[in-house]
Amino acid sequence: MRARVLVRPKEGILDPQGQAVERALPALGFSGVRNVHVGRLIELDVEDTSRLPEMCERLLANPLIEDYEIVDYESGGDGK
Amino acid sequence: MMSGSVPPPLTTSRHRALGLTDYEYELIVEHLGCDPGEVELAMLSLMWSEHCAYKHSRRLLSRLPTSGPHVLLGPGENAGAVDVGGGLAVAFKVESHNHPSAVEPFQGAATGVGGILRDVFAVGARPIAVLDSLRFGEPAISERSLYLLERAVAGIGHYGNSIGVPTVGGEIYFEQSYEQNCLVNAMCLGLAPRERLIRSAAAGPGNVLMLLGALTGRDGIGGASVLASAELGEEDEAKRPSVQIGDPFSEKKLLECCLELLDRDLLTSLQDLGAAGLTSAASEMASKGAVGIDVDVSRVPLRERGMEPFEIMISESQERMLCVVEPERVAAVMDVCERWEVLATPIGSVTSEDRLRVLHHGTVVADLPVHVLVDDCPLYDLEPIQPAIEAYPAPTPLLRGGETPAQTLLALLRSPNICSRRPVFEQYDAIVQSRTVRRPDEADAAVLALPDGSALAVSIDGNGRRVACDPRRGAAEAVYECAANLACVGAEPLGLTNCLNFGNPEKPHVAWQLSEAVDGLAEACGALGIPVVGGNVSLYNEAPGGPIFPTPVVGIVGKLPDASRVGRLGFRDEGDAIALVGEFEPSLAGSELGKLLGRPLRGPLPPVKANAVRDAREAVRDGIRTEALKNAHDISEGGVAVALAECCVAGGIGARVQLPADLELFAEALGCAYIVSGAEEAVARIGTVIGRVGGSELEIEGQLNVALSDLGEARARGLVEFV
Amino acid sequence: MKFGVIRFPGSCDDVDALQAAQRVGGAVLLWHADRDLQGVDAVIVPGGFSYGDYLRAGAIARFAPVMEEVAEFAREGGLVLGVCNGFQVLCEAGLLPGALLPNVSLKFVFRQVELEVTNADTPFTRACARGERLSIPVKHTTGRYYAPPDQLDWLEAEDRVLLRYASGHNPNGSLRDIAGVCNEAGNVFGLMPHPEHAVDALTGSTDGLKIFESIRADVADRGLLRVASSPAVR
Repeated sequence: MRARVLVRPKEGILDPQGQAVERALPALGFSGVRNVHVGRLIELDVEDTSRLPEMCERLLANPLIEDYEIVDYESGGDGK
Repeated sequence: MMSGSVPPPLTTSRHRALGLTDYEYELIVEHLGCDPGEVELAMLSLMWSEHCAYKHSRRLLSRLPTSGPHVLLGPGENAGAVDVGGGLAVAFKVESHNHPSAVEPFQGAATGVGGILRDVFAVGARPIAVLDSLRFGEPAISERSLYLLERAVAGIGHYGNSIGVPTVGGEIYFEQSYEQNCLVNAMCLGLAPRERLIRSAAAGPGNVLMLLGALTGRDGIGGASVLASAELGEEDEAKRPSVQIGDPFSEKKLLECCLELLDRDLLTSLQDLGAAGLTSAASEMASKGAVGIDVDVSRVPLRERGMEPFEIMISESQERMLCVVEPERVAAVMDVCERWEVLATPIGSVTSEDRLRVLHHGTVVADLPVHVLVDDCPLYDLEPIQPAIEAYPAPTPLLRGGETPAQTLLALLRSPNICSRRPVFEQYDAIVQSRTVRRPDEADAAVLALPDGSALAVSIDGNGRRVACDPRRGAAEAVYECAANLACVGAEPLGLTNCLNFGNPEKPHVAWQLSEAVDGLAEACGALGIPVVGGNVSLYNEAPGGPIFPTPVVGIVGKLPDASRVGRLGFRDEGDAIALVGEFEPSLAGSELGKLLGRPLRGPLPPVKANAVRDAREAVRDGIRTEALKNAHDISEGGVAVALAECCVAGGIGARVQLPADLELFAEALGCAYIVSGAEEAVARIGTVIGRVGGSELEIEGQLNVALSDLGEARARGLVEFV
Repeated sequence: MKFGVIRFPGSCDDVDALQAAQRVGGAVLLWHADRDLQGVDAVIVPGGFSYGDYLRAGAIARFAPVMEEVAEFAREGGLVLGVCNGFQVLCEAGLLPGALLPNVSLKFVFRQVELEVTNADTPFTRACARGERLSIPVKHTTGRYYAPPDQLDWLEAEDRVLLRYASGHNPNGSLRDIAGVCNEAGNVFGLMPHPEHAVDALTGSTDGLKIFESIRADVADRGLLRVASSPAVR
């Protein structure tokens, strides 16, 4: 199973990367953009998806400062 | 050449797509006695490129003096090296990474640092410092140049900081001339016990060729992709990255691994993989050792699937080294590499024939005489012609011309070429490895303590605009100024490395600039007795508008006997006498004020009297060593007024001086004069007393009076809005 | 007394920490893959970019075999000092509260800063006076200290913030200007500034030496002084 884990900064924690991106977009002509946050994507082929949450809690994310979201994909093929 | 027959017409222009001229291709056919195969053509096109073969510059570079009593490794090795006493050697070199940085400044600058670090530890020295010399277009008018500056600085910081080598100095210049062709030159110095210095010459037929480090991918293959047997569609462009991505963590492990291998005496020779990857590394090793090498590309660990032999041979994937190991030592080498988590793979062997052979699953896919790859590339003479008119347009004036001296001083302190570089150097770790005695902005050169209580000093300098006005004197000035920076901390130069950044040498006026500049470097090095131990050439830095300013960049490493007696930039104590040391006859030619006023770029630069320069330099150097002088600062861009202001700001204290009426405040002549301070008898002995330290203003009698806080603020503000 | 300095792949300031520690006692390097703490009296987790800062700074290093031993050593009351990347490792390992986030400026910052000693009654700061100012350099990209508000209140109430950036000297946006904190038992201390780079007048200030001297004094008091030649005892 090809899984994707999205890791993002917890709400309420200052996210200067997100702010920098949010500031840069209008300068390039994109208006109406708010609430930008910058996180991380981790992709992995995993046999036992039930162990994913534990992987996230222990290594892939730092639960004190990050939220994570597991997105499952169908097995096989290059998803795009 | 097949005797008695006319060479067949060239039915293919593959060689042209690879950058070889018809003449060069014919020469290759003549040397080989037949057409080269695919892999051979790819290899030759790179080994015979300007970047690898120095076709247009090699003859010129032989004019530079290269011998000296302390020289241990000279030009031609991965890095030059000098003896610094106490059983230690210092290896150092400067290299350019200009074109990659214009494409992707973060990775271009980062991999530039990575490459020069490898050159240094390839000779067995632990890198202990990095300096960088950068040039961009004008930040006030160019978003792109701002972007390049920001990203290049971030890239240098990222690589140097992550790998634990301090960035201790550098310089940045902004000129319209560099708008399309930014310059990123990185210098590295390393320390080694003399016995650990190693050469790259392969030796011992039967010895094993081993590849250490990262997996090999398609990085840097670029133009050679015309040789690919499979047509790659557009979506496969991603498989042919033109940008090399550097990984400092990978290099850190590789560095520690290589140094341990050398400490344990497990290697016969070592070479880093840079431009043209395996091809150039293996060719150079074979050539220097007068042996042959067989490379089996099917044994090279790959990052991508389906890589063809030519791709493997020319890949520029980063963080890899090649070494030669005696067969009975291979197991021990693998053990050390495993501990450091560095991949180590036997990929070939040293042979007694004078050939470089490439094998792929048992088949020979390339078989070339080593000398054809390394020695037989034609060298071209330049055809220099001095231009009849100025080659560069006058800059846009930023000052009206009616400013008071005080206003002019503040404008200069604020200008991008003179102002504080703090926003940049605060992004670099300058102290890791605990050797740094003088950090950026504390003195004119960086100073690094050595174990025996002495210290190394290093500076990197060059001013392209001044060289554009007068290539010979401008280039000589770079050497004099760099040596002057060392004198200000009390150091004596031991060796010099240089990077020549120029336009297209096939154009007569650029050829003239190059020839004159090399002569100027040779003259100054000869006058000061400083040997050139290595360097780099970057040509074809041109835009449709024309070439960049001719920009020779000079790095000098020196030594001082006592790390506790090192010069500082700033004035110290109320009442200290201030003196001007050296014969100083400056002019506005090529000056910063000339630039702000929009003056044409026209020489000549002030003539230099070598004896006077030597005397002044030695007097300042010795005055610092004996602590007779409390500060020393050479007068450079901005002239004497700016130098005085910089001493005040650095020291946090004012000064009151009186200057000769005919001495223009902002006129320039680099490398020949200094501002020093100390007890009156001490400074009067070596220069002309002009005033005293004290108060909270800089007063130049009859000319200007500016508050210290205003000087500091103007200087500090300069780059802040840009970085 | 003997310090142990951990070396991970990618550690940069390990040798600097070793040299600084050697000014007050003996010191050895402890390889990340070894479980042997060699009977040291105090452990230093040094600065650098262990594992390239991959995933998150310190996230991978915290799982190194040696760190299991360090956790045990800490549980038994041994002194552990984490500097910069070491602080990040200790937070990731749960040996210290909170986390380090990217600097507000998003840039690496190298600067000599002034710190205020807010608690001088600990094994790490006993050679200082409360309110004393220390001049120590910082050099990091990810040094902004964070903990949830109630945890910060609790840390302050228990006097577990040992060092704060002096007014105007906070280089990274750390909440409440926190530069270094210790654990509940007071035997594990992490800080972003680099005391090992403030031990030699030749290269900067010597204020950082006080932290090493504090550790030495504490170890001596506990009667755990070891002579280099005697066998290790646990």
